[in-house]
Amino acid sequence: MSSPDHLASVVAVALVVLATVLVGGFGLRISRTTSDFYVASRTVRPRLNAAAISGEYLSAASFLGIAGLVLVHGPDMLWYPVGYTAGYLVLLVFVAAPLRRSGAYTLPDFAEGRLESRQVRRLVSVFVVGAGWLYLVPQLQGAGLTLQILTGAPGWLGDVLVASVVVIAVAAGGMRSITFVQVFQYWLKLTALLVPAIFLVLAWQGDGRPRVSFDEQISVFRADHPLYATYGLIVATFLGTMGLPHVVVRFYTSPNGRDARRTTVAVLALVGMFYVLPPVYGALGRLYAPELMHGGDADAAVLLLPARVIGGVGGDLLGALIAGGAFAAFLSTASGLTMAVAGVITQDVLPSRGVRHFRLATVLAMAVPLAGSLLVSRVPVADAVGMAFAVSASSFCPLLVLGIWWRRLTPPGAIAGLLLGGGSALLSVAITVSGAVRPPGWPHALLAWPAVWSVPVGFLAMILVSLATPGRIPPGTNAAMTRFHLPEALTSGRAR
Amino acid sequence: MTGAGIAVLAVVVLLLFGTGYLLGRTGRPVRTSDVGTPVEHATFETLHTASLAAPPLRAGLTEESARRSAGRLRSLLGTDALCLTDRDRILVWDGDGDHHGKGVMEHVQGLLASGRDTAFHTGCEDLDCPLRWAVAVPLTVDHRVLGTLVAYAPRESAVLARAAGEVARWVCVQLELAELDRSRTKLIEAEIKALRAQISPHFIFNSLAAIASFVRTDPEQARELLLEFADFTRYSFRRHGEFTTLADELHSIDQYLALVRARFGERLAVTLQVAPEVLPVALPFLCLQPLVENAVKHGLEGAVTASRITISALDAGSEAEVVIEDDGTGMDPDRLREILRGEGGTSTGIGLLNVDERLRQVYGDDYGLVIETGVGAGMKITLRLPKYRAGVHGS
Repeated sequence: MSSPDHLASVVAVALVVLATVLVGGFGLRISRTTSDFYVASRTVRPRLNAAAISGEYLSAASFLGIAGLVLVHGPDMLWYPVGYTAGYLVLLVFVAAPLRRSGAYTLPDFAEGRLESRQVRRLVSVFVVGAGWLYLVPQLQGAGLTLQILTGAPGWLGDVLVASVVVIAVAAGGMRSITFVQVFQYWLKLTALLVPAIFLVLAWQGDGRPRVSFDEQISVFRADHPLYATYGLIVATFLGTMGLPHVVVRFYTSPNGRDARRTTVAVLALVGMFYVLPPVYGALGRLYAPELMHGGDADAAVLLLPARVIGGVGGDLLGALIAGGAFAAFLSTASGLTMAVAGVITQDVLPSRGVRHFRLATVLAMAVPLAGSLLVSRVPVADAVGMAFAVSASSFCPLLVLGIWWRRLTPPGAIAGLLLGGGSALLSVAITVSGAVRPPGWPHALLAWPAVWSVPVGFLAMILVSLATPGRIPPGTNAAMTRFHLPEALTSGRAR
Repeated sequence: MTGAGIAVLAVVVLLLFGTGYLLGRTGRPVRTSDVGTPVEHATFETLHTASLAAPPLRAGLTEESARRSAGRLRSLLGTDALCLTDRDRILVWDGDGDHHGKGVMEHVQGLLASGRDTAFHTGCEDLDCPLRWAVAVPLTVDHRVLGTLVAYAPRESAVLARAAGEVARWVCVQLELAELDRSRTKLIEAEIKALRAQISPHFIFNSLAAIASFVRTDPEQARELLLEFADFTRYSFRRHGEFTTLADELHSIDQYLALVRARFGERLAVTLQVAPEVLPVALPFLCLQPLVENAVKHGLEGAVTASRITISALDAGSEAEVVIEDDGTGMDPDRLREILRGEGGTSTGIGLLNVDERLRQVYGDDYGLVIETGVGAGMKITLRLPKYRAGVHGS
């Protein structure tokens, strides 16, 4: 690799890191006089909030992973972008508005508010931390991979870099105007993928538009039961999005349930727009970087293409843009997750409160996934994220859907569902990642894509145990349901 | 690969232990039954039973609380049956022979009027029934008989009569505590009402006077101010809801400041800094307004020519941080401490004290006001508001 290549990319990455810290720290330091109060006090509009949610949501898996999977395994993998987007549809229909009206800031808050039980709250906290950690590992690994490809730095350096930047930014309270940071990150990510894609497609046309063929036999093993794996993926992504801790937290910013719904619609548009791009890279990668198909690090396809296809200074600059966007993806998702996980750790795990504890919790929230990312062997980024979705779908989806739509949910039912559904998914994922059960064969398929069975197990356990313990229905259920489902305008006039 | 496997399994095991620990943390108290002499053991047992019966009774004397504590009270007394009544009916019958229930209210009628212990023979027609004798003791709070406790036994027993008296007295203490809780809540409600009423006199007068001065020179401004005034009073005097949102509270403060500046003009400069993320946070009604009023008063006190007030609301993870700062005369920290202890005397600082108490009552003692001040050094008041607390919903 040539040295200007390094330089441009390193500068781009440094700029993104700097911009993140600066926008986060100083975005809101502009003071306003009273006459501007309405400007200052305007609540976050749905579109702005939607861009922030998308900015936080589009992670390393979306930015690098999907293109790599499409490159290696062909169009079957398009279910990934579909699933990542469609999750918001389920969220929109079943959860968005009632969740906002519940007033909960985190999932443990929701559990406590709905079921009036500290035990359920604690259990949900454990799962939030678990799912958050699972989601953080691939973000860090993606960063390591990116830095390695761009500069030839050792693989662990990127992991440590992103982890430290996030911990410093979050712990120092520099993420105070988080909305604007995330909005900035969304547009940065979209630009970083869109502009090079345009150039790549133009170059491909200049090449005489060679046909992309996915007929060649795949030499890299993925799943010996591809249909089952696809269903597992669909269930996990469709139902898992609603439980992602960093997504839930952002709905609190909406002023009311109606705006929460509008926000979700806007998210669907923004995320959908973004997800058109990665498959383009995957298809072009098949043409121009076919060696990645045979055992190379396919996640690197997006990063390598500009230099491959265009070359020269132009290729370097586009590569630098993509590198910057990739780092934006790692930083935004990782900081959002770290904030959410650290918040839960401060509130529910560490004994007393205070700023110092939040800092300690931030370090703790990042230390475990960092250790994980360095120790555990690399699973393709998109697959690793899929596992976090599976855990979320098996634990939080039943809790949210039944909590919002079913009066007879009881605390023992919720605990049973979380432990059996979420617990089994967590365990399967852990076994898969540890490499204890290897392909081929059904055991591996069942454990690597657990959502197909663990989500029904979670729902069934919750429903059956709830029905068996009718005496434990929380006394405030009707009041909570009223609050969840009636528009605020109707409930606010009433004396509480 | 195996190293990685072990690491992952270790993390999972840690997670599982963590779950177990967290779930178990609600924990039962450590049983002390295996220490001490038999007498001490018996004492421990009694105290333990008594402590278990206490929490339900703190909710007052209702069917629910009676049902939940009756079993414990009966095992304290060691009788076959026990009955709790209020003034009109039986709340709970615990133990055998609930066919006696019908006669109870007749037997305790006199007791409810006189407030003295009575013992009576049940005269039960069922010869196998072991309940032949009973002692009834009143449950009194503030010299009012709220109900009775009736303990049944096979034969007359001075010991049971004495024990029933003691247990009834212990129950009374719990009920008095319940009464105390209730009156404390009532007091706070009354204080909020007082606070709403308190805004009116001087502020309304001053605002109207300031608006009047604009009527001829700048009618448009006068109209704007009157509308602000109408909005502000509507918010401040609203009847429903103990909680509000930060957005509404800040909006009302903005109107308040507009009215104040109509009066003081250039002498008062205000800077607001609000993170949009925290606007939906729910908080006790009229929690910031008194603090801002305080800052205005301090800022313009004495011969100060100009004053600056800074109000900021920032996002801090799972909390919102609100800071209200003025560069006015400040206050002696010792004097401030007196005020916050409720020993301030006159009307000064009632607002501060009230806000501090309400915050502590709603969010716990960790969330009181943090005030930094000194004579001539201005004053900085910091509040932390959790983004979610069970039962707190801004309407």
